Amino acid sequence: MAGIQIENVRKTFENKKEKKSHTVFENLNLHISSGEFVSLLGPSGCGKSTLLNIVAGLEQATEGTVKVDGKKIDSPGTDRGVVFQEAALMPWMTVLDNVIFALKKKMRKEEAKKRAVEFLKLVHLSKFIDSYPHELSGGMKQRVAIARAFAMDPAILLMDEPFGALDEQTRSNLHKEVQYIWATSRKTVLFVTHNIRESILLSDRIILMGTRPGGIIGEFKVDLPRPRKQASAEFIALEEKIMGQLAGEIEKVMREEMGDDYNSQKASLLYSSNRDMGGHI
Amino acid sequence: MAFEFRSTTLFPSPIGAVVQLYKGFFDTGILTSALFTSLFRIALGFILALIIGTILGIILARSKFADETLGSLVIALQSVPSIVWLPIALLIFQGGGTAIIFIIVLGGTWSMTMNMRMGLKNVSPLYLQAAKTMGYKGSELVWKVMIPASIPSALTGARLAWAFGWRALMAGELLGTGGLGRTLMDAKDFYNMDLVVAIIIIIATTGLIIEYLVFNKIENRVLARWGYAK
Ligand SMILES: Nc1ncnc2c1ncn2[C@@H]1O[C@H](COP(=O)(O)OP(=O)(O)OP(=O)(O)O)[C@@H](O)[C@H]1O
Ligand SMILES: [Mg+2]
Repeated sequence: MAGIQIENVRKTFENKKEKKSHTVFENLNLHISSGEFVSLLGPSGCGKSTLLNIVAGLEQATEGTVKVDGKKIDSPGTDRGVVFQEAALMPWMTVLDNVIFALKKKMRKEEAKKRAVEFLKLVHLSKFIDSYPHELSGGMKQRVAIARAFAMDPAILLMDEPFGALDEQTRSNLHKEVQYIWATSRKTVLFVTHNIRESILLSDRIILMGTRPGGIIGEFKVDLPRPRKQASAEFIALEEKIMGQLAGEIEKVMREEMGDDYNSQKASLLYSSNRDMGGHI
Repeated sequence: MAFEFRSTTLFPSPIGAVVQLYKGFFDTGILTSALFTSLFRIALGFILALIIGTILGIILARSKFADETLGSLVIALQSVPSIVWLPIALLIFQGGGTAIIFIIVLGGTWSMTMNMRMGLKNVSPLYLQAAKTMGYKGSELVWKVMIPASIPSALTGARLAWAFGWRALMAGELLGTGGLGRTLMDAKDFYNMDLVVAIIIIIATTGLIIEYLVFNKIENRVLARWGYAK
């Protein structure tokens, strides 16, 4: 259906006022096959969102190309649905209208409505279709955003830390919903996360990104049968392996950002029982 | 007609004011017709100010060139109390009524313009990015995302436009013709202070009703829905 080819991509932000420029990554190559679920994992500021936005067409690569099935990408399109870190729902529209709004470009109003209702049911929000976003909890809003993206039926789904701000319980429910929808629709997914467990749970392949110099520093194939058990030995072994490779990278970032405070926090970070690195990286 | 303005005392009394209110609305009808004249003027002036302000705001927000030239002119005009334009307006429009509406429009347009501009400039890029990924582009983004997103700011502009317009109307009528302001001056000329007070009561009540019952209600609902908890 739709594979993504990221070839020799460089992204440099120019700061015109201070005449400084910052290269986030260069010579970045990544091929994602059609129907593959790929996670991007890496410390804060390494350019995960930047890369995702380039694939979405919301930002331009300074150098290199991004192609979908061999066709060059330079603007957003309905073939690539995006779930942002914040739900990005239009506050002046009801839940139902928010989903319909995303479908109107592709189909007639009645058809869009039918489809919107169907997908809101899939994320268990049937009762809230006439509510406004401000009446929903964070998790519910994120579910609307997911329903909206899936209802658009894009060949490619780009998700930027979609569950970052949610509690463990809600996040776990949404994992199930995303896995179910992905399993039935087999979309190509590029998924940004801070959470190692989340990436192992969901992806076929995990891409590790680093900073200074930015780019891909490692890659892990996840060959575990689904649904995956977080308590299984293979799961934990893989988690240790990724953790090990990331630790050095996190240390580098933390040392730069925190200076002297760094050593005191090191122990608690590396040996915390929960391997969700949440706010740390 | 003139007889109605006459009164026996120079000092207003609460009872006298109530009597004047009753007579003005249910007997002679001078207050009814004055109130309607004023309400018609403010309604027309206010709506024109909203339309012109919205259009100017959109232009300033969309065009950098317009913003750099027209924008500073609008800021300059905003600091001029609109009543000072009355002499010129009277000359241009001959008829006093049109001149007063012109003053209301001048009073309200600039705050509407500036707030509309601000609202459009501060639309969260997240909404625009989301809409772009859904296939919206160009002017559709303006109509379907930017303008709805800036409604809270436009509402602040409308509230200010109303407040400035209402004050401009009263000042205009005191110096011009017709409406509550003119009736108040006539009452003063006939030393009917009870009627003066009666008219002040009407002006205060109208202002209160519009500001607190109409604007506050709409604003509370809009701010809540747009996610600005109040
Ligand atoms: N519009 C911009 N202008 C200048 N620099 C930018 C811009 N957007 C991002 N950057 C820089 O690019 C780098 C990568 O940012 P990006 O948002 O992609 O990081 P990230 O990996 O998504 O981080 P996080 O995990 O915290 O979301 C950062 O150093 C950031 O300062
Ligand atoms: Mg990010």
